[in-house]
Amino acid sequence: MSNTTKRWIGRIAAAAGSFLAMNASARADWGLNMPRGVTAISNEVYELHMLIFGICVAIAVVVFGAMIWSIIYHRKSRGVEPAKFSHSTKVEVVWTVIPIAILVAMAVPAADTLIRMEDTRNSDLTVKVTGYQWMWQYEYLEEGISFFSRLSEESNRARQLRSGIDVRGVENYLLDVDRPMVVPVGAKVRLLLTANDVIHSWWVPDFGGKKDAIPGFINEFWFQAEEPGTYRGQCAELCGRDHGFMPVVVEVLPRDEYERWVAANATSGESPQATASPAAVVPAAAASVPVAAESAPAAQLDFDSAMAQGRTVHVRYCAACHQADGRGLSAAGFPPLTGIGIDAAEHVKVALHGRRNTAMAAFGPQLGDVELAAVVTYQRNAWGNDTGDLIQPTDIAAAR
Amino acid sequence: MSTATHAEHHDHGHHPTGLLRWLTTTNHKDIGTMYLVFSLVMFFIGGTMALVIRAELFQPGLQFVDPAFFNQMTTMHALIMVFGAVMPAFVGLANWMVPLQIGAPDMALPRLNNWSFWILPFAFSLLLLTLFLPGGSPASGWTMYPPLVLQTGNAFPFLIFAVHLMGLSSIMGAINIIVTIMNMRAPGMTLLKMPLFTWTWLITAYLLILVMPVLAGAVTMLLTDKYFGTAFFTAAGGGDPVMFQHIFWFFGHPEVYIMILPAFGIISEIIPTFARKPLFGYSAMVYATASIAFLSFIVWAHHMFTVGMPLAGQLFFMFTTMLIAVPTGVKVFNWVATMWRGAMTFETPMLFSLGFVFLFTIGGFSGLMLAIVPADLQYHDSYFVVAHFHYVLVPGSVFALMAGVYYWLPKWTGHMYNETMGKLHFWISAISVNLTFFPMHFVGLAGMPRRIPDYATQFSDFNAIASVGAFLFGFSQLLFVYNIWRCVKGGEKATTRVWDGSHGLEWTVPSPAPLHTFDTPPVVR
Repeated sequence: MSNTTKRWIGRIAAAAGSFLAMNASARADWGLNMPRGVTAISNEVYELHMLIFGICVAIAVVVFGAMIWSIIYHRKSRGVEPAKFSHSTKVEVVWTVIPIAILVAMAVPAADTLIRMEDTRNSDLTVKVTGYQWMWQYEYLEEGISFFSRLSEESNRARQLRSGIDVRGVENYLLDVDRPMVVPVGAKVRLLLTANDVIHSWWVPDFGGKKDAIPGFINEFWFQAEEPGTYRGQCAELCGRDHGFMPVVVEVLPRDEYERWVAANATSGESPQATASPAAVVPAAAASVPVAAESAPAAQLDFDSAMAQGRTVHVRYCAACHQADGRGLSAAGFPPLTGIGIDAAEHVKVALHGRRNTAMAAFGPQLGDVELAAVVTYQRNAWGNDTGDLIQPTDIAAAR
Repeated sequence: MSTATHAEHHDHGHHPTGLLRWLTTTNHKDIGTMYLVFSLVMFFIGGTMALVIRAELFQPGLQFVDPAFFNQMTTMHALIMVFGAVMPAFVGLANWMVPLQIGAPDMALPRLNNWSFWILPFAFSLLLLTLFLPGGSPASGWTMYPPLVLQTGNAFPFLIFAVHLMGLSSIMGAINIIVTIMNMRAPGMTLLKMPLFTWTWLITAYLLILVMPVLAGAVTMLLTDKYFGTAFFTAAGGGDPVMFQHIFWFFGHPEVYIMILPAFGIISEIIPTFARKPLFGYSAMVYATASIAFLSFIVWAHHMFTVGMPLAGQLFFMFTTMLIAVPTGVKVFNWVATMWRGAMTFETPMLFSLGFVFLFTIGGFSGLMLAIVPADLQYHDSYFVVAHFHYVLVPGSVFALMAGVYYWLPKWTGHMYNETMGKLHFWISAISVNLTFFPMHFVGLAGMPRRIPDYATQFSDFNAIASVGAFLFGFSQLLFVYNIWRCVKGGEKATTRVWDGSHGLEWTVPSPAPLHTFDTPPVVR
């Protein structure tokens, strides 16, 4: 007991120390209020918020004022005699009718804004947004661009339990991704939101709100950013262990830069694995994961390159739950991959289709044949598993 | 009637002692005490979990716990505080005080009463046991939204059956309270002469009977979705995950009033006593309570404005939600009018009641803000919501419970508690509760989502303050326990009336109230 206690006391002391040592620049950033944001709607929402807040403060001044007055003057120690009155229909009516009038006055502008928020017509650009445990996928339906967006490597390293990295030194800690969503300034962007596994919620405060991404549903949300810049938010609906680690980052670019971005990325309809050698696949795949995985036949893998590539894929996609060393996380019910008990065919099936009613997602839609073959090979041979199995991309394609 | 009761009481003279007495008791005072002690234990267990959460959130980065365990803590903290601490505490007060307030010798269904209490330790053993299972406790939030909740491992059936047992206990308790109030009032105690605590509990009991079966149905559907291949809430099988949210909140919204209406009742008892002036607008208070209860059934989807409801639905739920401000406002105005031109003194129960009126009203204001849909789309699932519901639950329900305990403790024990220590407990609690929850408004507005184990660095300072406040609040509750303990053991003898401004039947029986009271019904004029 004493050792654990000492360790905890040490931690608490360390935490208190680092709090006191916080520098002035960190302290300069006290966010107190809702941001005004960069869309017409977010400005309207901000105005509504301040209006309601102002009304609440005014009512509070009157009610709390009466209470405080009463507490000061109507106390026994001042020798007052208590009054006898106990009801008055007149004042009951008054303090029922006045709040109703205030509420009506608040409901009118609120309904007005809400009706505008719900109008998704005449959009310039439609992006399908899919929530995954724990990343976002953005699909530009007309432009043929599709990619996944995940917590940046730097934040990901720093956020590990007792990572030893000072997160205050990490730029945009937890609010940075490997590939942000990109949209043109001034365009009305319509989002079609859905999810692959559990419910997520797409939220950028500067765009004036959030919308849930629900499996089996397609929700609509729109924004029209008036200023170029990078806008950051987070998943807002509890979605499992790494709910706090799937940020939303949107880069709003001037028209011409956006056009260049589209031109540079619109090729990703073709799978990168078709053109690149196995060694080059991983970085390319990490940057842009193919959606159309069946687009080209893949080369055969040899054992060493499968292991090398599989390790990268494992760290990137599997380690959040199964851990980098494959031991799993029993406290959260994530099983170990060491001492693997399933055969290769079953392993491929689980990797492709997931397991129902568990956090094990279907990676078939997210990863290409080469990556899946590599990662299954890696998991079946790393950490003393030594099954000797070598899975080929053709095996994956056959099992899809 | 009275001879029969007497004969029974002679039997009670030989009732078992020690543990067996508490296991077999059918006495409303014993059962009330057990409910109160049980809820106090749960309050500390749930509070410890809150402190794990606040320790992790003290600074950015992950220092103490894995995110999966963090989610288990937020889930268990909520389940234990809602179902284990706040609800049983109110039931305990009802058991003790409703028969005394209406002049009844006991609850109408004493054996049922025993059973509805003794289910609870089993329900919470099931729930707490999950902490030691491989895979840990439920971690999908107390709202249990599918599909996430269906990913729960071994803990899943424990969660479902614990909820079933809690529901069973609540329904039986509610039936007992309704039957008691409807049938066992003393001659002359008409409905509109009943004390407000009894009134609010009557209405609360109806809410319980109407919504607990809905929750039971919802979690049973989860159970069959997980184990029996149904697809009520699984989109891939033709089900609808949003339907669960509608069903859950049809229970969930009345549930939040279940946790606040009896608090309104307690405050409406205490303020007139210490203002030495009758409650202002008694019948308006009763009607306001009934209106709130009615409205609670037609506002549920305001918890779900982001799920993509049709515009008409959003407008309907916005307007009905805003309407709740009217009867709630009437209550606050009536309390202030009761204080107005009274002759107030500020003993501990009054301090907690005044703290309640101030701080609950702040929670009410943020509730009104949350009703405004366009703004709610920003507030939703942020720390602003966490601030809101903790303001109505902690300095709301919990302060009212503490006010009630201090108010009636001399009647239960026959001793006065230590007033200085009570006042100290109040002031530390009032300051630390604001230190904990007020900064959450700011980080929520600035964009911090709820239920996250780690946060972006710009939220650091307010989170550090909230954590300091939480630890202060948590440890200051030990004063409360110590004060109660000392009061049970001894202290200045309490008079029958206890407070010089007190009115009502409970103040006509001796302090401590003997095991059996009102064997002969009193006559109320």
